[in-house]
Amino acid sequence: MTTETAPARRTIRIGDRVFSGSTVVAGCLILLVLAAVAVFLILQSIPALVAKPGTLPNSAENFWVYVWPLVFGTIWAAAIALVIATPLSLGIALFISHYAPRRLAQTLGYLIDLLAAVPSVVFGLWGINALAPFVQPFYAWLTENFGWFPLFAPPASGTGRTILTVAIVLAVMILPIMTAICREVFLQTPRLHEEAALALGATRWEMIRIAVLPFARAGIVSAMMLGLGRALGETMAVAMVLSPAVVVNFFLLTSLNPNTIASNIALQFPEATGIGVNALIASGLMLFVVTLIVNSIARLIVRRRRAFSGAN
Amino acid sequence: MKLERYAMSLVLLTVSALTLSACAANEMRQGPQRASALSGTLNGIGSSAQGPAQTTWIAGFQTAHAKVTINYDPQGSGAGRKSFLGGSADFAGSDAALSDTELASGSKTCAPGTGPIDLPNYISPIAIAYNVDGLKDLRLDAKTIAEIFTGALTSWNDPALARLNPGAQLPDAAIHVVHRSDDSGTTQNFSEYLKAAAPEVWDAAVSQTYPYQIGDAAKGTSGVADAVKNAKNTITYIDDSGASGLGKAQLKVGDEFVRISAEGAAEVVAASPTAAGRAENDLAIAIDRTTTAKNAWPLVLVSYFITCVQYQDPAKGVLAKAYAGYITGDKAQQDAATSAGSAPLSPALRAKVAAAVATIK
Amino acid sequence: MTTMTMPGRARNSFTAGRLPRGSAWMILAASWAVFAAVFAMLALSGATDGFNIVGAVFFGTILFDLTLFGLSFVVEGSRKARDRLMTSLVATAFIIALLPLISLSYTVLERGLARFDVVYFTESMRNVIDSGGGALHAIVGTLEITAMATLISVPVGLLASIYLVEYGRGHLARGITFFVDVMMGIPSIVAGLFTYALFVMLTGDPGIRSGLMGSVALSVLMIPVVVRSSEEILRLVPNELREASLALGVPKWLTVLKIVLPTSLAGLTTGVMLAIARVIGETAPLLIVAGFTASMNYNLFSDRMMSLPVFVYTQYANQGPDAVAFLDRAWSGALVLIIIVMLLNLIARIVARVFAPKFSR
Repeated sequence: MTTETAPARRTIRIGDRVFSGSTVVAGCLILLVLAAVAVFLILQSIPALVAKPGTLPNSAENFWVYVWPLVFGTIWAAAIALVIATPLSLGIALFISHYAPRRLAQTLGYLIDLLAAVPSVVFGLWGINALAPFVQPFYAWLTENFGWFPLFAPPASGTGRTILTVAIVLAVMILPIMTAICREVFLQTPRLHEEAALALGATRWEMIRIAVLPFARAGIVSAMMLGLGRALGETMAVAMVLSPAVVVNFFLLTSLNPNTIASNIALQFPEATGIGVNALIASGLMLFVVTLIVNSIARLIVRRRRAFSGAN
Repeated sequence: MKLERYAMSLVLLTVSALTLSACAANEMRQGPQRASALSGTLNGIGSSAQGPAQTTWIAGFQTAHAKVTINYDPQGSGAGRKSFLGGSADFAGSDAALSDTELASGSKTCAPGTGPIDLPNYISPIAIAYNVDGLKDLRLDAKTIAEIFTGALTSWNDPALARLNPGAQLPDAAIHVVHRSDDSGTTQNFSEYLKAAAPEVWDAAVSQTYPYQIGDAAKGTSGVADAVKNAKNTITYIDDSGASGLGKAQLKVGDEFVRISAEGAAEVVAASPTAAGRAENDLAIAIDRTTTAKNAWPLVLVSYFITCVQYQDPAKGVLAKAYAGYITGDKAQQDAATSAGSAPLSPALRAKVAAAVATIK
Repeated sequence: MTTMTMPGRARNSFTAGRLPRGSAWMILAASWAVFAAVFAMLALSGATDGFNIVGAVFFGTILFDLTLFGLSFVVEGSRKARDRLMTSLVATAFIIALLPLISLSYTVLERGLARFDVVYFTESMRNVIDSGGGALHAIVGTLEITAMATLISVPVGLLASIYLVEYGRGHLARGITFFVDVMMGIPSIVAGLFTYALFVMLTGDPGIRSGLMGSVALSVLMIPVVVRSSEEILRLVPNELREASLALGVPKWLTVLKIVLPTSLAGLTTGVMLAIARVIGETAPLLIVAGFTASMNYNLFSDRMMSLPVFVYTQYANQGPDAVAFLDRAWSGALVLIIIVMLLNLIARIVARVFAPKFSR
């Protein structure tokens, strides 16, 4: 007996070790790639960071003057997009998971997954040719009647290609991925929790509030982070739709909008030479840093919330 | 479970490989085989303005030499010059000639000790295009253009415009200026023209970046064209080939208003001298922006084929020589004029370019 | 019950604290009618150009939400009213979100069908000047590049997420979780530049371009998405399942392979499909590392390779004067891309359904 079980036990241990070892290797590989990207970015950024006045694009004094409007624009556009997309994607995900009839829900879920595959170039084309002309009259109306409100300060853009339009395009772009994650998480809510809530006499909304949402909170934040990540880094659609300028302002409806980092790289990289290339890569490094900060904040929120939530 | 996943993707791969392993039909069917000794691949990167013309030339050249593949990636002039100098492209297409520092740095594509040269291969007039209901044949002079594009003149029914356009239906509306958001040779040539023709208004330096913070910005020729097409009361500067369907302004040259024309553009380039202080056979052109010749259109963009005098790889040299000779020839230039709306090089310039091409090794 | 209360149905229904059945639909119709009337009046008075149907539906829906809430609050009490409000808000969000999505799908379908023909799937762009030509070279390129990227990313990403969920404790796990999020913020163009620099360093050839480089660049973007979504899904597997398996003496690695992964297979498949969908439309990095060509190339490991997004982008950005042919090809390319993802999704769902354990749900 003992002679038989001993080798078996050893093979188990080897299998375990190989498997857990390979998962560690995979995890470390990711860190390695990230480190390599970071080293590449930093090495390429140094010339721009120490550049003398007058050598940088936009005749900026130093790199920070150059990059600040871009950082601002990136965060601003992504934030508006997230504000638009989060309630909508929660609504769609809830609709699919808890409101719609099952057959309809499956079809809808499938359709929305598909939309995640629409290339950003197409969103760009749609933004220029369909959305911008459509919203322009609204913008003109808003600036005329609500121009006193700082966000809607005149003059309205003549073409409708403003940062608000970009944010709408971004919101539509990140909707599918956010919806898909939220839906998956909502569907994973333990059936017993839901039934217990209903049995206590909760209405459907109360059931969702006390059973589904707490369970899904971490997942929702993850979905938001995924969406935000895509919105922050989106290149082609922003480059095609936005009418950029070197400014920092909160006006949603004018022609002069702060540009985003990724879009600025796409716009200027083909014609950049010398230190201009370094400046663009350095701005990429800044995007990296922005993402890092945003993610840290999100992690903090999730951790604090998790203590109070019913999940886990 | 993972095994199945892998098996499935493998199956997928094989299936797709099998179904698609037939070659592209158009690459199988070849015309009458003419004896051509040329074979190989030549990769170019560069100006997007030349893109449509390059497509035409490549098709013509590859038809004549079936075993040759030429790739032209229209990423942008800067990217083209960078790649060529760094050795990652065999030739570059560029809306600006190589700068002195770029010439000094040399190219890794070229044989050591030899430098690159610029050969003009593509001339395109730049149009002032607009979208205003009911307004035909808008007339502008350099000073008004400069005022509109610097933001000094903001209304379509401004007296200055009315004076240039007696009897025209000018709407009581704001002018929405649209300009390029990406750096471009078009912006560079546009600002070069205004700097030369209306220096008192256009006070910014000549640059690839649009220097004033006014109006809308849009990406690329097609982005600018879309922005103008989709919004009323807009005006922009744009490569003539991208301006189809838009109103095009007449320009005051000397004392007369001139319509945009390929011939007018070619004439200006033909009459301009080559830039001083450059290598023999380098045909960078200093365009005469203030010409007053009849029918001349000085708002013009000249794009260059940047190549080595002697290639590191002789095989590439043979190909580059043949291709450069082909695209600057009479037939190719005429083809590009029909398919891409460019202005053919004048015979005199063609002869100079041919002499330079003959030296490529 | 209902037959008993038939004579005084309305009152009884009210006294029972319920809005009558179908009242929600009636209120919705009424709200839409009100705003249709308002906008029709606006249109007639000339304040707006034509009848604004989107505005009518939008404001009508909002009026409906408010009215229903108010009525329900009065009749049914606050809890029921809040439930109704949330139901109508969820439905409203759904409708609002569907509007742009439908508009987008419709546009792609309508414009993409123009060139959805045999030639498009059997020919490349070699020697094509304006109209005609196909995207076979781009389709093959996209399939090969994405398949390779998936082969790289899924094992790495899945293993890493298993590590995070099943094994990871302490600093390493926390670090990986955090940096995966950071990695999600790598701008796609930076992934391209990084891959290019990496391969130039490894091979010493600045002119290197290949499909494989495209796959590597896409993997950099894809891995974090795979990790993040699979981690989320794996965490949702109930611990009871794992404990039951371990209690039966099954080693941990087999528990993961045979219990955890199959249980979450459907979610994992969705995650991988999302990741593929995320990168298959990526343009910027492929433009840099996989290059641009008009000819077929089946070899992932050498020479430039076209991909569908690059094809769509270049067709749009570099239109010739005959813009329609270029735009048609671009839209068809977008449609083909979506169809490819649709097929992949379909296959993945079938796989998931066949292999996943059966649930009651």
